Amino acid sequence: MAVVANGEYKFPSRDRVENYYGHQLLFACWDHHMLMAAPFMLFGAPDQKLGDIIEQQLKPLMQPDPDFDKIDWDAIEWTKSGEPWTPDFNKTVKENGLVHKEQFRFKTPGLSTLVPPQGE
Amino acid sequence: MDIKKTPKKLNVKEKYRLMTRDLAWEPSYRDEKEIYPYVDYEGIKVHDWSKWEDPFRLTMDAYWKYQAEKERKYYAIIDAHAQNNGHLNVTDARYLTAIKLFLQGISPAEYASHRGFARVGREFAGVGPQVACQMQSIDEIRHAQTQVHAMSNYNKFYNGFKDFASQRDRIWYNSVPRSFFDDAMSAGPFEFLIAIGFSFEYVLTNLLFVPFMSGAAYNGDMATCTFGFSAQSDEARHMTLGLECIKFMLEQDPDNIPIVQKWIDKWFWRGCRLLTLVAAMMDYMLPKRVMSWREAWNIYGVENGNALFRDLARYGIKPPMHWDDVEKSIDHTSHQIMLGLYQWKFGTAFHSWTPTASDIEWLKEKYPTTFEKYYLPRWEYAIAQKEAGGEYNNFGLPKLCQVCQLPTLFTEPDDPTQLCHRETDYEGEKYHFCSDGCQHVFEQEPEKYVQAWLPMPALMQEPLKGDLAAWMEWVSLEPTAAGEYASSEDKANFEKWRKQVSTD
Ligand SMILES: [Fe+2]
Ligand SMILES: [Fe+2]
Repeated sequence: MAVVANGEYKFPSRDRVENYYGHQLLFACWDHHMLMAAPFMLFGAPDQKLGDIIEQQLKPLMQPDPDFDKIDWDAIEWTKSGEPWTPDFNKTVKENGLVHKEQFRFKTPGLSTLVPPQGE
Repeated sequence: MDIKKTPKKLNVKEKYRLMTRDLAWEPSYRDEKEIYPYVDYEGIKVHDWSKWEDPFRLTMDAYWKYQAEKERKYYAIIDAHAQNNGHLNVTDARYLTAIKLFLQGISPAEYASHRGFARVGREFAGVGPQVACQMQSIDEIRHAQTQVHAMSNYNKFYNGFKDFASQRDRIWYNSVPRSFFDDAMSAGPFEFLIAIGFSFEYVLTNLLFVPFMSGAAYNGDMATCTFGFSAQSDEARHMTLGLECIKFMLEQDPDNIPIVQKWIDKWFWRGCRLLTLVAAMMDYMLPKRVMSWREAWNIYGVENGNALFRDLARYGIKPPMHWDDVEKSIDHTSHQIMLGLYQWKFGTAFHSWTPTASDIEWLKEKYPTTFEKYYLPRWEYAIAQKEAGGEYNNFGLPKLCQVCQLPTLFTEPDDPTQLCHRETDYEGEKYHFCSDGCQHVFEQEPEKYVQAWLPMPALMQEPLKGDLAAWMEWVSLEPTAAGEYASSEDKANFEKWRKQVSTD
């Protein structure tokens, strides 16, 4: 479908990657963990190591959740746009295939202190 | 000798004809298309503008007289309220959070509505809707003004009121109502009427004004209450206009039906997302509660909505597309929104708090299947933090919905343990949504919503580049207006002043 207009209607997107001076946005969601109410918006450069973004931005935000200390980081199930995905923390954002405004999600099976497990 | 003629007194019908329909004329040196350039492009076909019915038959002279009388009464009460320290009659200062939200989010919407009706009144080609829209336009600016006046008295004593206009433009949660009205204002005149006149004023207005005005009455807020009474007869007229406009469109041409249906689907969903803020107000912000959001929805949403859509079925109009998703969300949204507002309270121009023991009992009773199971553990966590001398905050910036602009904190309609994730790739860029409803709205008109100004992504762009202190200044948010109610200046002052008054 297209917008109905009385003339040409074409405008650039407001959050296009060019507006981020060589950086980009990412979103990260810890599934079944809603103490922090919404997925986090992260900010970094495409050539930044993904591991650095996780350590410096994501982990401090997740830290208040009582399940945080129980996470087995090797047992996490990662997805990106609904598909299984294996991140490489030692590679860059770009090398991990994370484009501007991409969201990745991760499941930590068995941890459900504040939100009942899925389907309950 | 001349015989002095007494002027004939006009009957209502004749007066209405002379003072509305008769004001139109046939253009002689410009054609209709030049005069009304916006009336065709949306695809709505109108064959006979004179078929527009105005059930109120109100003419301008009578209108001015009624409104002036209401204003006189209104300001007499507002003055008395100010002189008698009316602000100390509210149940407690927690209540002020509800009216701060109202002033920042709703009063500017009244003003937006004023501008919108002034515009469509000019754009329609028939004198009936022109006059009706003109009156509504004037009503709406009166509403905005009287609300600002009513609340200006609170501004003398409490934080969070003083710069509502900047906050309306800039603070993150107010981009929810603002973008709603911007969306309507940047649509064509017929869509505007379906958006604001029909979906908002007719279908949803009771869910907004009844809770606020009864909330005000229950909680001793004479100022807001008085405003409510003063606006009541206007609202009745607006609802009638909303209903008349949809019937007019549907009766003029069968080709209009699918277009109108599409707008109903869109604006009902957008309106329901906007009202999630009202849901939080009703269930959490009123010290003395009127009814739960669930109860309000059952009466004003389900009962009235069913009757309305039964009535519209004869035109081939179906209930709004995402009605079932709204129904499924009702027992959840107020908790989800309030938990969000609480954890981001360092960035809101109002205070929030954790529910008290009696609040919790009430919430359990009103939401027996959801509150205790899904939301109480998070509130208990917040309470425990407070008792341990800490505070539950979320310093993360949330992902926002490209359409409703709320943080994407809503769960899947059928699974309250899982956030709802929806994304669309459009012209090489990713867009995220809170729900199927918002994603559907985007996909109908992606060219429009790619332009959305989303406060969180905007914060990372020029000129703020993620600088939170600069952001606070830019949105005109002082630390005293934000944060936990228990430690607020508003609470301390209210209690001190009330004690003084009672010992005097
Ligand atoms: Fe209004
Ligand atoms: Fe949304």
